[in-house]
Amino acid sequence: MHRFAKPSVFLKLTDPLLPWLAGATAILIATGLYFALFASPLDYQQGDTVRIMYLHVPAAWMGLFCYVGMAICGAMSLIWKHPLADICARATAPIGATFTALCLITGSLWGEPMWGTWWVWDARLTSMLILLFLYLGYIALVNAFDDPERGSKAGSALALVGAINVPIVKFSVDWWNTLHQPASIVRMDGPSVDPSMQLPLALMILGFTCYYFVLLILRVRLELNERRIRALQLSGMFDERSDQEAEKANSYDAGHNAEASQ
Amino acid sequence: MSLSRAKARKRQRMYIIGAVLLAVAGAAALILTAFEDSVVFFFSPTEIVEKSPIDPDQRLRIGGLVVEGSVAKLEDGKTIAFVVTDMAQSVPIAYSGILPDLFREGQGVVAEGHMNGNGTFVASEVLAKHDENYMPPEVAESLKKSGHWEEIEQKNAEQMRN
Repeated sequence: MHRFAKPSVFLKLTDPLLPWLAGATAILIATGLYFALFASPLDYQQGDTVRIMYLHVPAAWMGLFCYVGMAICGAMSLIWKHPLADICARATAPIGATFTALCLITGSLWGEPMWGTWWVWDARLTSMLILLFLYLGYIALVNAFDDPERGSKAGSALALVGAINVPIVKFSVDWWNTLHQPASIVRMDGPSVDPSMQLPLALMILGFTCYYFVLLILRVRLELNERRIRALQLSGMFDERSDQEAEKANSYDAGHNAEASQ
Repeated sequence: MSLSRAKARKRQRMYIIGAVLLAVAGAAALILTAFEDSVVFFFSPTEIVEKSPIDPDQRLRIGGLVVEGSVAKLEDGKTIAFVVTDMAQSVPIAYSGILPDLFREGQGVVAEGHMNGNGTFVASEVLAKHDENYMPPEVAESLKKSGHWEEIEQKNAEQMRN
């Protein structure tokens, strides 16, 4: 596993993957939106409002998915000190925060016509809001220190402790009574969403997941390049740059994983 | 020598992180169980009956299924009376205000208000509770025809109780 934690290996593996992922994202979201907005049936009592679900559920899924990813990266950065894990966690946070916010906003837009209120403080809604605050807290914390390593240590600790909130979000509707409805997809007796509505939902969930990986690769690449530029500037190598592949890889990996590769 | 020491340090960090996570999870579980009454969003009719008589000054929420045929307009022309049930106990509710679109007989609702002296819940706000079932109208129609609709309503009412 430590072999994959090298920035040069990450770039080599993800470069050919990126166009495929981007293509899959475009196709999945385009067909998903077509089915969600035009080719799926109305709900027997929600009417057209049911179409909000095709954004809301994938956004909620991504909010939790990104947080689990961020917490795992945080643990890896604390235990093995992989800088790449830290970069991945930092790159994931704003993406997850945006998906969580999207989930809260679409839920609110659905709640007004269906429940009769924009917001209530029930267990599901409140724990989802806490998830958003955990993301924002993480982003603020990792950038609060002059020394980036201290920032990532504090941020990783917060991300790990906050992971307790993930099962609370998921099971809040089972453990306590809430205004929010119980789980419709991942539940013991199979989905309670009609098969004709499951296709657009599945397309959107897959599309959002691919979109996340596209953004993650782009953001990690950007961060690696910024670090490389900084390292090159410091060493004054900018003027006598060599094009040799080996040296390129070296400059990416310089200083990385010093401890992990021991 | 230094290699094994680095490995031991990593293992130690892993154990510490695991222990901290366990402790935090335990603390969260204790807190959430201790404050269960404030974490739940509403009480079921059964809980309301168990707790009664309830102080009329205490504001609370009650949730249940609107009993079929129980919705009526009172003589004053603006108060709506209906009964909510969890299939075990029922509580009458009086409400004057705008009902949500989803309010109908057999539908789950959550009402906020207080109990008056004679066992009626006086609501100041009524919210509709949607269940976890999503289906096109044809499917709902055939479920009603085949008689499976009652099972869904029964389940929804039971969910109000937990």
